[in-house]
Amino acid sequence: MADIVIDHVVKEFGSFQALQDVSLVANDGEFVALLGPSGCGKTTLLRIIAGLETQSAGRVVIGGRDVSGLTPRKRGLAMVFQNYAVFPHMTVFENVAFGLRMQKAPADDVKRKVERAAALLHIDGFLERYPAKLSGGQRQRVAVARALAVEPAVLLMDEPLSNLDALLRLEMRTELKAVLREAGTTTIYVTHDQTEAMGLADRIAVMYGGKIEQIGSPLEIYATPATRFVGGFIGSPPMNFIKVRCENGSARIGEMALPCPVAGSEMEIGLRGEDASLAADRSGIPFDVRVVEPMGSHLLLTGAIDGQLARIVTPPTAKVTAGERVGLHVDPSRLTWIDGRTGRAVSRG
Amino acid sequence: MTARTSWIPYALIAPSVLFLGALFIVPLVQTIWLSFSAGEGLSLVNYQRMAGDLNFGLAIRNTFLLTVVVVPLQVVLALAMATMVSKLEKGRDLVLWVLTIPLGVSDLAAGLAWLSLLQNTGYLNSALYALGLIPGPVGWLSQETPWALFFGIVLAEIWRATAIVLVILIAGLQLIPKEFSEAAEIFGASPWTRFRRITLPLLKPSLQSALILRTVLAFEVFAVVYALGGRNFPVLAGEAYTWQNENQNYGVAAAYAVLIMAISLAATAVYLRALRTRPEQLP
Ligand SMILES: Nc1ncnc2c1ncn2[C@@H]1O[C@H](COP(=O)(O)OP(=O)(O)OP(=O)(O)O)[C@@H](O)[C@H]1O
Ligand SMILES: [Mg+2]
Repeated sequence: MADIVIDHVVKEFGSFQALQDVSLVANDGEFVALLGPSGCGKTTLLRIIAGLETQSAGRVVIGGRDVSGLTPRKRGLAMVFQNYAVFPHMTVFENVAFGLRMQKAPADDVKRKVERAAALLHIDGFLERYPAKLSGGQRQRVAVARALAVEPAVLLMDEPLSNLDALLRLEMRTELKAVLREAGTTTIYVTHDQTEAMGLADRIAVMYGGKIEQIGSPLEIYATPATRFVGGFIGSPPMNFIKVRCENGSARIGEMALPCPVAGSEMEIGLRGEDASLAADRSGIPFDVRVVEPMGSHLLLTGAIDGQLARIVTPPTAKVTAGERVGLHVDPSRLTWIDGRTGRAVSRG
Repeated sequence: MTARTSWIPYALIAPSVLFLGALFIVPLVQTIWLSFSAGEGLSLVNYQRMAGDLNFGLAIRNTFLLTVVVVPLQVVLALAMATMVSKLEKGRDLVLWVLTIPLGVSDLAAGLAWLSLLQNTGYLNSALYALGLIPGPVGWLSQETPWALFFGIVLAEIWRATAIVLVILIAGLQLIPKEFSEAAEIFGASPWTRFRRITLPLLKPSLQSALILRTVLAFEVFAVVYALGGRNFPVLAGEAYTWQNENQNYGVAAAYAVLIMAISLAATAVYLRALRTRPEQLP
């Protein structure tokens, strides 16, 4: 059992609060992605779990053991560093073998495990080279192989695929997922690439400004964002937010009246671009199309709803021209209602 | 364009080359020439006189003994201090400043300071006497107590010149990103293993510089030895001084100088080979 419990962790650097009361549980064998914009505290949280940084308050429990005060090597985990930290004075082989050597594994064991990890990351061709002779992407894969070679129960990865080209990243992503699932490794995976997080993770924790905004399955995060930030951060195009006024229990946009879930005048409607469909008869929510972008698989329409910027996705065959006003039909059950003052979603009662 | 720019680097470097040439290479050539000339023509007479002198064997032995004892001790001490200083979060600069004070003291002054501690009427004897450990003044620096004298010189040299090694090693440590040590720690390396497998190999270029500098200076050791022991503890540079000033024999003095230089160059060559870092192993 190697579940990770992060319990009300706070981290202060001087007067700056990098983490504000972060709590997160990764169950045994679960793959949790930490997703968030640059500087939101992802690396800081990972370093606290690893023991490289000391939290200002809170606890870290791994496999039922409170490791808050333990040094990194007593925590029994592996980590891929954001800047790789591949040892420059060792060959690729010795780098990948490092953890096994520290465990005093027998030589044939070391060789077998290093070769397996290297093959998985496609670095088996240059095991005898020094890291200085590798490209950034190759070096990054050495760092991942070094962590996988020890077959850890807990694996922390800080943007481990950030330096690979799109094709290789997709391939590595799939292989990583398969290997980690098979081994039952509890993984915390930092990324600011949302497709990576959606594709890999059992659950995603979206971080923003040192706080976790929402934790949930990729589908939950996508369909029912807990805050305006999550809706705007996840999805391409991001969720549209339309300011409306709720009067007598309903909000009006153009000719449409939508039932408000709660009383409160300042509300925003969160609408996913693909949750709206073009009405044949121009009824529904009026949408002024300004730009039409054919993306191949779909059309991306940029325009305005009630004077507010919105992006809508339609089938590639839709007949729409820029400058025209069309009508949108939406399924009220797929809308997210956001309290305009707090930025938090209100539950649909 | 290229014709105009190609001479600029040479013009800019010319003053320093001329300066070095005038004040270093010319005397160097003169010294070598002097050491090989006696009366008319080239000969090895000076070297024969040097090797035949009573103190020559002693000077060689003492100089090497001092170097072999002092330099490793200084490197180990400096490594320990550098590691500790680089772990400090507050007051680092103050500690470093205190540790490097001896660097600002000239070697003769350092020798005299240690003389005032260790001589018959020095502070050490006064303290030991006050504690009732000795009945009266003990001569630590006399010919009868060669090991005490040697120990005193070692102590003074370590006090005086460890800081230069420290400064070089601290600069080297700062160049090593902390992630390497952190990664090693994550993968289970103990502090000692991290030092041996990560820090020490990555510090090799700095260690090499420090060793070359310290060893070359150790072969030239003179002022501290002279202040503490006079000619009771002959060393190579001291012999050169004696032949030059007391015996007024510049040829033999030059032979000593050339010998010191040859030993230094050989030591440097050994370090350059033994502590070579292949370019692909640099961070
Ligand atoms: N040692 C430190 N001292 C002071 N502030 C720090 C320190 N480390 C991180 N911070 C601050 O904490 C915040 C979070 O940093 P962190 O490295 O965790 O961000 P991140 O989410 O990993 O960003 P990125 O995606 O760019 O890697 C940043 O504002 C950063 O400036
Ligand atoms: Mg980061």
